[in-house]
Amino acid sequence: MTTPDKLIQMVIACALFFGVMAVILLLTQRLKSRSGERVQVAAFVAPALLLVAVGLLYPAVTTIYQSFLDRSLSESVGFDNYVKIFTDPSQVKVLRNTAIWVVLCPTLATLIGLVYAVLVDGSRFERLAKTMLFLPIAISLVGASIIWKFVYDYKASDQTQIGVLNALLQAIGVDTYRFLLTEPWNTLFLIVIFVWVQAGFAMTILSASIKAIPTEIIEAAKLDGVGGLKMFRYITVPSIRPALIVVLTTISIATLKVFDIVRTATGGNFGTSVLANEFYTQSFRAFERGLGAALGTLIFVLVLPIVIYNVRQMRKLEATR
Amino acid sequence: MATISFKKAQRWYPGADKPAVPGIDLDIRDGEFMVLVGPSGCGKSTTLRMLAGLEEVNDGQIFIGDREVTKLPPKDRDIAMVFQNYALYPHMSVADNMGFALKMAKMKPEERKQRVEEAARILNLTEYLERKPKALSGGQRQRVAMGRAIVRQPQVFCMDEPLSNLDAKMRVQTRTDIAKLQADLGITTVYVTHDQVEAMTMGDRVAVMKDGVLQQVDTPLALYDRPVNLFVAGFIGSPQMNLMGAHAKDGKAQIGDYLVPVDETAARKMSGDIVVGVRPEAWRVVGPDEGGLPVSVTVVEELGSDAFVYGTSGVEGTPNNIIVRVSARDTVHKGDTLHVTTDPRSVHVFDADSGDRLSD
Repeated sequence: MTTPDKLIQMVIACALFFGVMAVILLLTQRLKSRSGERVQVAAFVAPALLLVAVGLLYPAVTTIYQSFLDRSLSESVGFDNYVKIFTDPSQVKVLRNTAIWVVLCPTLATLIGLVYAVLVDGSRFERLAKTMLFLPIAISLVGASIIWKFVYDYKASDQTQIGVLNALLQAIGVDTYRFLLTEPWNTLFLIVIFVWVQAGFAMTILSASIKAIPTEIIEAAKLDGVGGLKMFRYITVPSIRPALIVVLTTISIATLKVFDIVRTATGGNFGTSVLANEFYTQSFRAFERGLGAALGTLIFVLVLPIVIYNVRQMRKLEATR
Repeated sequence: MATISFKKAQRWYPGADKPAVPGIDLDIRDGEFMVLVGPSGCGKSTTLRMLAGLEEVNDGQIFIGDREVTKLPPKDRDIAMVFQNYALYPHMSVADNMGFALKMAKMKPEERKQRVEEAARILNLTEYLERKPKALSGGQRQRVAMGRAIVRQPQVFCMDEPLSNLDAKMRVQTRTDIAKLQADLGITTVYVTHDQVEAMTMGDRVAVMKDGVLQQVDTPLALYDRPVNLFVAGFIGSPQMNLMGAHAKDGKAQIGDYLVPVDETAARKMSGDIVVGVRPEAWRVVGPDEGGLPVSVTVVEELGSDAFVYGTSGVEGTPNNIIVRVSARDTVHKGDTLHVTTDPRSVHVFDADSGDRLSD
């Protein structure tokens, strides 16, 4: 299909969509009664539900089913795939890496975001400082990983460096270091990339939340003899607790699903693989489709409770506004 | 307990053309209940916040007792403040809210608990100690804010319109409670309000402010009986004092044909255009032939105990709106013409240009 063909097809698809919606609207508009309202609601919700069912629900159920099949999806193997994830040394390493990611990323990103938000709050350079930290969010994780691959780039000590970190090491006379190849520290260097991107998100939400603390409460606290670190500990943090939890859980969810960074920076080699990357590698590179499905299901099972908790906290956060 | 004195204390907000408070001089006695009153933007809150340390003092000094506090941070001033919206810590229980300052001051938990319970008993909050502020009514929150102030046993209470967020009935009741509590504790209190009724009913002395400048500092009755200028005369009293433009001629004040009786001091000092002030209750209704000021009645407000008659005086120039208090029921009706006069002692005479008081 040529490009013009594709464009024409797109226009037709859009026209069709608007046409169908217009017809539904016109038809439902004529129904005035109470039941008519329900038909209207159904007419709007049904397409979305249908798409969710086809695009999300069906694949989810299929994946869960496939996680109990063998590599070619022909025979049932019971829980063998799951057993493998928790016993096979290479898979256990994936679990360990994922655990490191999930513990470090949300805490580091939130902590950096929080401290940064408090420090720049009300300062003269607030806007500039916040923009600086926020900018990485605009970069895709793949882009960020490529940037950091340059930062971490390795050349032998006697050669000209193009990686800024190794250039620094060279400048102070230390041997250059294989940041992305040396286990187990390479996982930490990958985590730095993710934190670099997510800290801006944490800072933005927390900063807004800090600004929403009523001035009088801060003033009352000042009169009550609170200042500096005590203000942070007794007033600021408790006041923004709901926002803190939302930020922590949101980053946790993103961390469990992290794929781009590992894929781009190391391809999951050198002992850096995590669940999402392993899921991809097993399914589409090694053609271990049953195991891949099991890994995917595991991510789903881990993310689900955090999502539920996150949604509940968001509702609470909205209720306090 | 302590005296407070402002010595030419100035607050100039960054970027403003003129200071919010150009330089206030005010001495408050030990244990006194001082009310700062004035319209919005008159600098009363700024003055209070300077005392509390929440606003920087750009010039001049502030003393609490013989300590200079001008540059001290709020926590070192030994002041407790009650805010308009109470500013309770939403994440703490009532008990924790009240005991927070003591906790920050590293008081022992047993002693803290005892103080909080004592304050809660005084304020009838004992059964709410474990609740969060969210689960309290407006009046209860107000009491918690009071409690947070009194547990500290500070040298000074600062209150910034603490009754504004209460409904009318609650406000009247709490007004009395606060005045009584203050009298019992004997702690020097500075209270800011825009409501002159609150000022009159609560204050030992009242400071009337306008445009950052003190107009008059006196007892409520002295303010009422001898306002020093037109602003104070118009601000204190409800309904407002009748202020009428008049002309001074041969020691007499003329409003149209009506000759307003004035006291000797005023008669001596006044000349040209003047403003004559008479309180609504100072009017006496007289017969049509007795030379009173004619008032055509537009509205009658019956309050049960007495009634306020609103009308206009039918004299040349801009008609003056006149308010007259009458005690009898159902004697005046809309459309009637009433003739009123008064006594020299009840007449306040002001210079029309400067607004200063001319009468004794």
